[in-house]
Amino acid sequence: MPMPNGPQGERENYLNKEYGAGSWLLTTDHKRIALLYLMSITFFFFIGGFFALLIRLELLTPAGDLVQADTYNKLFTMHGMVMVFFFLIPSIPAVLGNFLVPMMIGARDLAFPRINLLSWYLYIIGGVMMLHCMLTGGVDTGWTFYTPFSTAFTNTKIVEAGLAIFVAGFSSILTGLNFVVTIHRMRAPGMTWSRLPLFIWAHYATSIIQILGTPVVAITIVLVAAERTLHLGIFDPKLGGDPLLFQHLFWFYSHPAVYIMILPSMGIVSEIIACFSRKRIFGYSFVALSSIAIAVFGFLVWAHHMFVAGISVYAALVFSLLSYAVAVPSAVKVFNWTATLYKGSIRYDAPMLYAFGFLGLFTIGGLTGLFLACLGIDVHVTDTYFVVAHFHYIMVGGALMGYLGGMHFWWPKISGRLYPEGWARLAALIVFIGFNLTFFPQFILGYVGMPRRYYQYPPEFQVLNVLSTAGATVLGVGYLLPMIYFLWSMRYGKPAPDNPWNAAGLEWKTPSPPTTYNFEQEPVVTWEAYNYEELDAPHKEEVPVAR
Amino acid sequence: MFDNFPLWPDRASSSAAGVDALYIFLLIVTAMMTALIFTAVLYFAARYRRQAGVQAEQIEGSTALELTWSIIPLFVFLAIFGWGAVVYFKGRTPPRDSTEVYVVAKQWMWKLEHAEGQREINELHVPVGRDVKLIMTSQDAIHSFYVPAFRMKQDVLPGRYTVAWFRATKPGIYHLFCAEYCGTSHSGMIGSVVVMEPAQYEAWMSGGTTGPLSATGEKVFAELGCVTCHRSDTQGRGPNLQGVFGKPVLLADGRTVTADENYVRESILDPGAKIVNGFKPVMPTFQGLVSEEQLNALVAYVKSLSPAGAGGAKADAAVAVPAEAPAKAQSEGSQVNQ
Repeated sequence: MPMPNGPQGERENYLNKEYGAGSWLLTTDHKRIALLYLMSITFFFFIGGFFALLIRLELLTPAGDLVQADTYNKLFTMHGMVMVFFFLIPSIPAVLGNFLVPMMIGARDLAFPRINLLSWYLYIIGGVMMLHCMLTGGVDTGWTFYTPFSTAFTNTKIVEAGLAIFVAGFSSILTGLNFVVTIHRMRAPGMTWSRLPLFIWAHYATSIIQILGTPVVAITIVLVAAERTLHLGIFDPKLGGDPLLFQHLFWFYSHPAVYIMILPSMGIVSEIIACFSRKRIFGYSFVALSSIAIAVFGFLVWAHHMFVAGISVYAALVFSLLSYAVAVPSAVKVFNWTATLYKGSIRYDAPMLYAFGFLGLFTIGGLTGLFLACLGIDVHVTDTYFVVAHFHYIMVGGALMGYLGGMHFWWPKISGRLYPEGWARLAALIVFIGFNLTFFPQFILGYVGMPRRYYQYPPEFQVLNVLSTAGATVLGVGYLLPMIYFLWSMRYGKPAPDNPWNAAGLEWKTPSPPTTYNFEQEPVVTWEAYNYEELDAPHKEEVPVAR
Repeated sequence: MFDNFPLWPDRASSSAAGVDALYIFLLIVTAMMTALIFTAVLYFAARYRRQAGVQAEQIEGSTALELTWSIIPLFVFLAIFGWGAVVYFKGRTPPRDSTEVYVVAKQWMWKLEHAEGQREINELHVPVGRDVKLIMTSQDAIHSFYVPAFRMKQDVLPGRYTVAWFRATKPGIYHLFCAEYCGTSHSGMIGSVVVMEPAQYEAWMSGGTTGPLSATGEKVFAELGCVTCHRSDTQGRGPNLQGVFGKPVLLADGRTVTADENYVRESILDPGAKIVNGFKPVMPTFQGLVSEEQLNALVAYVKSLSPAGAGGAKADAAVAVPAEAPAKAQSEGSQVNQ
């Protein structure tokens, strides 16, 4: 089945089929749309990263000396909003999901190609609105928009930022909708649910959250805007509203949103670990169903963000208990990945290093979640740097590590080129070290009592803050490197074979880069996912691995 | 540790040790889980690295193993949950007869008023060994009263009271942080809790004061004309408030609520919300007419009319007629003020 390899340009593929801006901006090819997303979210990632850098620089000294207090408050707000709504939520689904979901199930495209393009335009419209908002003043409420501060006590651009997120939210909803329909309706003959790659299961679970959760935050934003502009009393007690109502509505989406970020990353890690251990994932069905369990339980734990907010102690009890329920499927996944390594045939290529990094950081992030779900501890550590460290371990250590692992794993497929392996391994190492140096001190900082969102702080917290800032610079280098060598490889990288990792999965049966319709003929699936035993069977000729 | 490199917060309240013990337990449990997972991953990664001629061994999975590593963690989690719940309940239940301090948070300062009448800003003096109950509200955005050395934190909301308590155990000066982001000078909303030996504290308390908070409340009660309907000698147009605080109140719609701080507050600001059985909804709202401080004083006064439940300064006040009126605040016809 693999087609003969030739230098790029010799055979037609989705990249060289057409040239010109129009062929990109009006494309309905899921792969091209994925690349449009890739460029857009990378742009926002570096904006958000720049804000993070300024935040860390300000915190180098206890006094507020680099920027003004108001500027600092806007920096962490915009850092959060940009990273959450314009990078993390679209990251894996809109780039790798878009590229891979149709190919993995043997389809030519998503179910609604034009809606897919519309999603990207909505994202861009939202993104431009957010940029405009930032350039003309920004917002200073924190990404959480807590009322009544956001509706009555700030005169920054709440409504505009809210609308930007509102519009981008529809992009997310439509992507989720597209995936659900595609996965239900467009699977190739023989691609049964039990043969689906775990990446697909993860995206299916993610899509459900996007469809069910995002409208709630959209409505909440509209209510905030209504209170701000029309003075309807919804959240502000002075107008007869209830400020806690906002927190319930906000976290009803924003807690599951964490799973929008982490589930796809878990899907990627399953693919990578299977490939580089040459094994079927241990406990396939448990890993698949745990994604669904996380998506379902994820909707029932939101008030664990509110244990000191003034909710009743009995509500707190219920939400604490349910939070532990969602920890079980996450633990199950980690144990299954670990068990997959057992008696494998393991190689340490760059994607695998990222997957190992994910395992390490996600484990720490997940286990520190046990502290926060624990009522007696949460009172002390909530709203401190302990929380900041915890969610960065999950959302950056986990989700972003998985995203980078996936980018490396599928980059030969996406670009048709190989990246320099040595640099990629180095970058993985730098990211891992830099990440831990940045965020581990913040756990200690939190337990010692430093509140989050502090622009200046008592001097005894300085040493830990300096460590964290030092780590952030290392981390910054780690994130810049892949962008540089990916760009480099597009021009100078060796042409990639169709299946450089000798990986299972229908996407590897397409040429690198794939043709516009992915498959010459509709594939018929007769094997289980991760059939590495057959791929590695001695009689078969080993496909040489280009390095 | 070193002055500028603390690895553990001060432990200065009765609940701090309990929280720390739970925290250390969690540290040990999670360290063991981390060690288990990391060791397994690293060992497998090294032991099963790719070698020429060696194939991976395909293993389908094992339901027994899956159940084991679902159920064992679940029980560990339940244990953590249970312990955490106990610590939380203790931390959330103020002991009877606590000394009361009213806290009004605003952008960006803490205003504290002792039941005995002392007022402070960004500083709270308390004696060692006494239970202190904080009755808190905000004038604007949400704030959060956080004393790391006490392992105590409670959000402070506008429009209602939230309650927290602590018992300081070690003299010293401790940070009081605002832990809920509240605008420009959020990180400047730092105060301190000064914990003193009882003798020192008594000396500090004997400093100038305008009299107990409940006495101030009684004055406000008279000035606003509340007395005309809420009479202490008989049932007026509004319920007699003697002995009401802390008791159940039967409402006109058949519900029963407990007359706590939030109930008194609501009855003043939004009298129509809960009508006492047998009374007419005739009391006008005082929303916007009373400051948070005056509200606190009124609450302290109403509280002082119920000798049993009242903490701190239950002054001489007007307990002349200990009427058995089981009903409470809300009607207030034509009062003559403002």
